[in-house]
Amino acid sequence: MAIDVKELKTIEHDVLVVGAGGAGLRAAIECSAQGLNTGVVTKSLLGKAHTVMAEGGMAAALGNVDRRDNWKIHFRDTMRGGKFLNNWRMAELHAKQAPDRVNELERWGAVFDRTPDGLINQRNFGGHRYPRLAHVGDRTGLELIRTLQDHGIHQGFSVYAEFCALDLLLDDGRVAGLVGYFRETGEFVVFKTKAVIFATGGGGKCWRVTSNSWEYTGDGFGLALRAGAELQDMEFTQFHPTGMVWPLSVRGILVTEGVRGEGGILLNNKGERFMFNYIPERFKSETADTEEEANRWLAGDKNARRPPELLTRDVVARAILAEVKAGRGSPKGGAFLDIASRRSAEDIKRKLPSMYHQFKVLAELDITQEPMQVGPTLHYFMGGIRVDADSQMSSLPGLFACGECSAGLHGANRLGGNSLSDLIVFGRLAGLGAAEYIKGLEKTPAPSDEQIEAIVKEATAPLHRETGPNPFQVHDELQEIMGEHVGIVREGPSLEEGIQKLEGLREKVAAVKAHPSAQFNAGWNEALDLRNLLLTGLAVAKAAKMREESRGAHTRLDFEGEREEWGKANVVVRLGEDGGVEVRRVERPDPPEELSKIAYATLEELEGGNG
Amino acid sequence: MAERTFEIWRGDRSGGEFKEYTEEVDEGMVVLDMLHRIQARQANDLSIRWNCKAGKCGSCSMEINGMPRLACMTRMNQLPAEGKIKVQPMKTFPLIKDLVTDVSWNYRQNERIRPFKPPAPDSDGKYRFQQADADRVQEFRKCIECFLCQNTCHVLRDHRKQEHFVGPRFMIRVASLEMHPLDTDDRIPDLKNEFGSGWCNITRCCTEVCPESINITDNGIIPMKERVVDRYYDPVARILRAITGGGKKLPTA
Repeated sequence: MAIDVKELKTIEHDVLVVGAGGAGLRAAIECSAQGLNTGVVTKSLLGKAHTVMAEGGMAAALGNVDRRDNWKIHFRDTMRGGKFLNNWRMAELHAKQAPDRVNELERWGAVFDRTPDGLINQRNFGGHRYPRLAHVGDRTGLELIRTLQDHGIHQGFSVYAEFCALDLLLDDGRVAGLVGYFRETGEFVVFKTKAVIFATGGGGKCWRVTSNSWEYTGDGFGLALRAGAELQDMEFTQFHPTGMVWPLSVRGILVTEGVRGEGGILLNNKGERFMFNYIPERFKSETADTEEEANRWLAGDKNARRPPELLTRDVVARAILAEVKAGRGSPKGGAFLDIASRRSAEDIKRKLPSMYHQFKVLAELDITQEPMQVGPTLHYFMGGIRVDADSQMSSLPGLFACGECSAGLHGANRLGGNSLSDLIVFGRLAGLGAAEYIKGLEKTPAPSDEQIEAIVKEATAPLHRETGPNPFQVHDELQEIMGEHVGIVREGPSLEEGIQKLEGLREKVAAVKAHPSAQFNAGWNEALDLRNLLLTGLAVAKAAKMREESRGAHTRLDFEGEREEWGKANVVVRLGEDGGVEVRRVERPDPPEELSKIAYATLEELEGGNG
Repeated sequence: MAERTFEIWRGDRSGGEFKEYTEEVDEGMVVLDMLHRIQARQANDLSIRWNCKAGKCGSCSMEINGMPRLACMTRMNQLPAEGKIKVQPMKTFPLIKDLVTDVSWNYRQNERIRPFKPPAPDSDGKYRFQQADADRVQEFRKCIECFLCQNTCHVLRDHRKQEHFVGPRFMIRVASLEMHPLDTDDRIPDLKNEFGSGWCNITRCCTEVCPESINITDNGIIPMKERVVDRYYDPVARILRAITGGGKKLPTA
């Protein structure tokens, strides 16, 4: 079929933001503020992005609840949670700027829960030394996205909803725009732009048990790789310890860490509070080792240490898995999460209303009366597009990335609550970075017609095939492979087998057939998403195979514990000449001395500053 | 477990019909799971709008056995045990395809609402207000914009007064600003003159279908209508305002 590029709808902007979750909207707001003609494309309707699923809160050292908190302790917690593989500068920027970004949300209309003094309230969360998460019950993500949405619609940027990005356009090694299509009509659109900001989220849909929605197909990773940009830290995929395990059809849906933050405890089928048996050496001095002390902490005793249920997510997820493997799991194959015996029904409904509702409706269970059953669920990508810490620009000039699709801030493991603050801190910085980059451009890049034609041709191919595999079934196969070979615990030979199986899927992905109608055709959309899912899966599997140690969210049965030499390196991913996924080890620069001192300081040396 | 038969609306603006699909139901499944199973096995091109599958994003609004509901939060065992299950798109909005409708009108209403207008913060850059004041507004801010209330409101659904009335969703959005402890703007004239608060005659259908159990009518719309009445139609208050010069604006109607 011949494609006349001149006939395609073409839209020009200075910058196009791909994704309208927290990061994308914050980036777009900044771009508009910098005077850029800005467009935003989103796969779903405005205000529906994955950010709405975030429950617990956004971390910022406001010091409203405990005045001992400050940016240095937030920075230290983030580095320790990330097992020191974080980008030092990003962790610093994040900890320093998060309070301003949270206060800014309040100026834009957000209504956070309050302290008795009337300030923004902050709750405890795993890995955070002090109550640090600004929150709204257990629907903080909704508050964030709605605030940005209702503020954003008055800032002058254009929104293109239910639009899927296919591939980037280049001119002489620089970003020149992007081609995609509207889901509603199947109409292709060529965006000609000077810069593109990716805020595309993660790739949880590579796994069957995930808290992620259909949108999370690794689009940003796939598009970035194909355009020549690099990814980093892809082996670090976070399994949230508490997803629903029953009923099967909702397996994986998130149960907020806020349940534990509000005092919830994990029990095995013998009724034992097993987390006391899984406290890592590094956290021993800061974690309660008796139930008595943990209870005092919950009652507000500032001298008591934190309960072990609030250890970092990687630790808790592995502990639940170990209990289940040892035959001490709950009837449906998870652990019991009990808040009913810890808090009054009234408190639970007030602090965790959407959890109450979710279990009542989906599992026919009253969490104020009975314990929940929970187990690990793929939740988040620490890795992603490799970016410069200050500008958020990738290794491809003109391509910026922020939020979950970028790498660096979280290192080997993300702390709960650091994602929402990541979105608003680095969304803004990506907007500033793009504005700065565009200012320095000597000429507007222009994509060639050949590139556009090739993208459209490849995208329409599944519609024209007489026969071919069902894209939904191919996706299912991919999830099967990832679940079996690239799960929460990994081993070299199994990873290798998984990689071979994924490579074997390439041909199928290239041959899938879709019903020949481009209008809101889920089968066709799925067929196109598969390309990105496969690249994402391969990037994770190959990076996981290369990193021969266990660190944070990456656990190798054949290489237990952290290895010093791997603490000094990141795994970087790119596409080779032949289109194959290539991984390489890249040495990390030494940390700035000042930051290193903070990260390794004792709490006493850092406390205060907000008083 | 048993098989169930669905009658699903298939078609677009040019027309369509209900088609039957039969699939196995597993324990704990919701209607959206069944639609996905049908899509994966029998009808790859079936159009469904959905996202979070946990009742948090408000995308999968549709009419199930005649009731406006979220497909992801409707368990199969909540439906009658016998008979076919009828699934169709929301009636109030223009059809795109199958179960997907064009809800863009709602987004245009939101753009008509003037932005939040806070005062300057306290000297330390922070704002202070009590949880009790947050509570009233937080109820409205639970809204997930599923637009089921808009779909159900008879002013929009049956009388097609989209030109005159913004609908329950945006009445409570205005209420969330009007009652916001920090908002300094005067929202009452717009409520009356632009957004058509008078059109609502409080049948409470919107409240009944809200998946977030927001008390749209009693806590949101009625207080807004009362404020409009106080401002424009209460003769005593008008005289008092005329004498004292109080009130943000003098009535124009």
